[in-house]
Amino acid sequence: MKQREVPAWVGVVPFAAYTVVFLGVPVVAVVLGSFVDPATGAFTLDNFGIATSGVYLRGFGSSIGLSLVTALVPGVLGLVLALAVRASPSLRLKRAVATASGVFANFGGVPLAFLFVATLGSTGLVVELVKAVGVDLYGAGFSLYSFWGVAIVYGYFQIPLMVLVITPALEGLRPNWREAADNLGATPVQYWRHVGLPVLAPAVLGCMLLLFGSAFSAYATTSALTSGSLALTPIQIGSFLNGNVLSGQENVGRALGVGMIVVVGVLMALYALLQRRVSRWLQ
Amino acid sequence: MTTTDAAETRTDPASGRRAGVAVELRDLNRRFGEVRALDGFSLDLAPGELVTLLGPSGCGKTTALRALAGLEAVDSGTVVVGGRDLRGVPVRQRDMGMVFQSYSLFPNLTARDNVAFGLRVRGQDKAARRRRADELLELVELGGRGDRYPHQLSGGQQQRVALARALAPEPQVLLLDEPLSALDAKVRVALREQIRAVQTRLGTTTLFVTHDQEEALSISDRVGVMRDGRLEQIASPAELYARPATPFVAEFVGTMNHLPGTTTADGVEVLGRRLPVTTGRPAGAEVDVLLRPEALLVTPDPHGTGVVVATTFLGAVTRVHVRVGDTQRSGARPGGDGTTVLVDRPSAAVAGLGPGAGVTVEPAPDAQPLVA
Repeated sequence: MKQREVPAWVGVVPFAAYTVVFLGVPVVAVVLGSFVDPATGAFTLDNFGIATSGVYLRGFGSSIGLSLVTALVPGVLGLVLALAVRASPSLRLKRAVATASGVFANFGGVPLAFLFVATLGSTGLVVELVKAVGVDLYGAGFSLYSFWGVAIVYGYFQIPLMVLVITPALEGLRPNWREAADNLGATPVQYWRHVGLPVLAPAVLGCMLLLFGSAFSAYATTSALTSGSLALTPIQIGSFLNGNVLSGQENVGRALGVGMIVVVGVLMALYALLQRRVSRWLQ
Repeated sequence: MTTTDAAETRTDPASGRRAGVAVELRDLNRRFGEVRALDGFSLDLAPGELVTLLGPSGCGKTTALRALAGLEAVDSGTVVVGGRDLRGVPVRQRDMGMVFQSYSLFPNLTARDNVAFGLRVRGQDKAARRRRADELLELVELGGRGDRYPHQLSGGQQQRVALARALAPEPQVLLLDEPLSALDAKVRVALREQIRAVQTRLGTTTLFVTHDQEEALSISDRVGVMRDGRLEQIASPAELYARPATPFVAEFVGTMNHLPGTTTADGVEVLGRRLPVTTGRPAGAEVDVLLRPEALLVTPDPHGTGVVVATTFLGAVTRVHVRVGDTQRSGARPGGDGTTVLVDRPSAAVAGLGPGAGVTVEPAPDAQPLVA
């Protein structure tokens, strides 16, 4: 007797259901709530007015700035590290870097904040050590709890994250291309300029977008590190979740959430345009 | 000014200069751990000559080519091109064009930009390099496809672009590292003929590496057979086939029968016939006699010592597979069962022979055996 085959789409059902329940429904709730006055239940744009002014506007500015910086700088550093490791003949080094990257990329939150407070905090180990040799970091204006301090902390997981996600793309660079370029008289710089980087560009852009998203949505590390002293949108949304909010502004948090969705949407649209431009040769 | 026809064929029409130079590889040695990839390897190429290195996988032929290109360091030995010692000269300053086995076109550049790449990195202006690239694309019969990206070209077209790219900077030496091995049979034959035609026209000294004997014999001025990092023999294709210097060469180039024989005072006796050959052994010694399938005769004979087991029609020639008597220790290699002899005869002459027919097999009177 012929057995009835289970349709392939059945395999997608658990994931689709999970996505609808834990992403689709909350997004719809956030979007709808952002247009509602909690006092009257009426439609309003006031939530967006508040979310795009004052401290909340500065929050978006800081979040976008921090995310761009910690996508670009760790992105480049991670790319250089991944290229260096790839060029090494040592399998042991490749394995060690892959394992370390896997660990560091997923190390965040309170433990990471504590690690940096203990080393680069105002009385941290490194700060005290360099002070002993005459360099006063905090006296010179550095603060772990500032924009650039947080950017350094983000580098801890952003650089290894870049290594993890760009390494498979590097495997697509054929050694033959480098040899052919050498053979045709190209210097290493000419090879990277005309072949290596253009070939990698679509993947690098994609990875940097991922880094942006990772930094833009990071909450726990910054929250533990700055205790809310640095205005970042996820921290501000967190304060709404904690109930630490003025009466009648509950839905401003939802408007901030919608704002984050819009920012990521705009960035993805820009990414798609740029991607199309740098990968003409793939079409 | 007049030039000879020969000189014209050896002149690059685009540049007007003679491209060929002499190449000397002298006593190259290269070890990979315990493996000797090159073991005192020496080779000379005359200006404008196309020499092929032929050999089984791992014999060192690609290592030799890469050593000439500078892509592989050697432990010792010298590489001299056009009288210039290339020791310590980096790859990009060696003035050589190379076509790789697998497709090595830059995927982000069009066919035209790939061809022009070598000129671009030399700082040639855009109009001049575009002109040169288009000339070379015409030369490899890809005119009009300059705007296509590599993934929009077939495998054969990609290798033709790779050939044009290698030739664009007018290299002193052209290196071809199994450039046809990834292509299907029909394209392979067409492209090898095109490579030879272009090489002859430009007169570029060329080293070609392949494991395909048909390829090697069909386009080369000379073929060098390699084994274990050394040259076993280097000669013209005809000489290599007709007079292999060693049993290894004999087996590697063409098909060879191994037959039991006995040395005589002035040669060897095999399949009942005496053939003159220098054996270097005392009379009466049992030896393996190597004979080409076309050096054997087969005649119908119901009482003969052989039985036809199969025939393979090859066009003008038919290959007859004959199982000889059980008392004989004869056979063909490779792939034989130790008792089968291969005989190539004009198809018309063996039209009546089919499986099961009794036959006699003997060497042709002018057969030139090799004794192992």
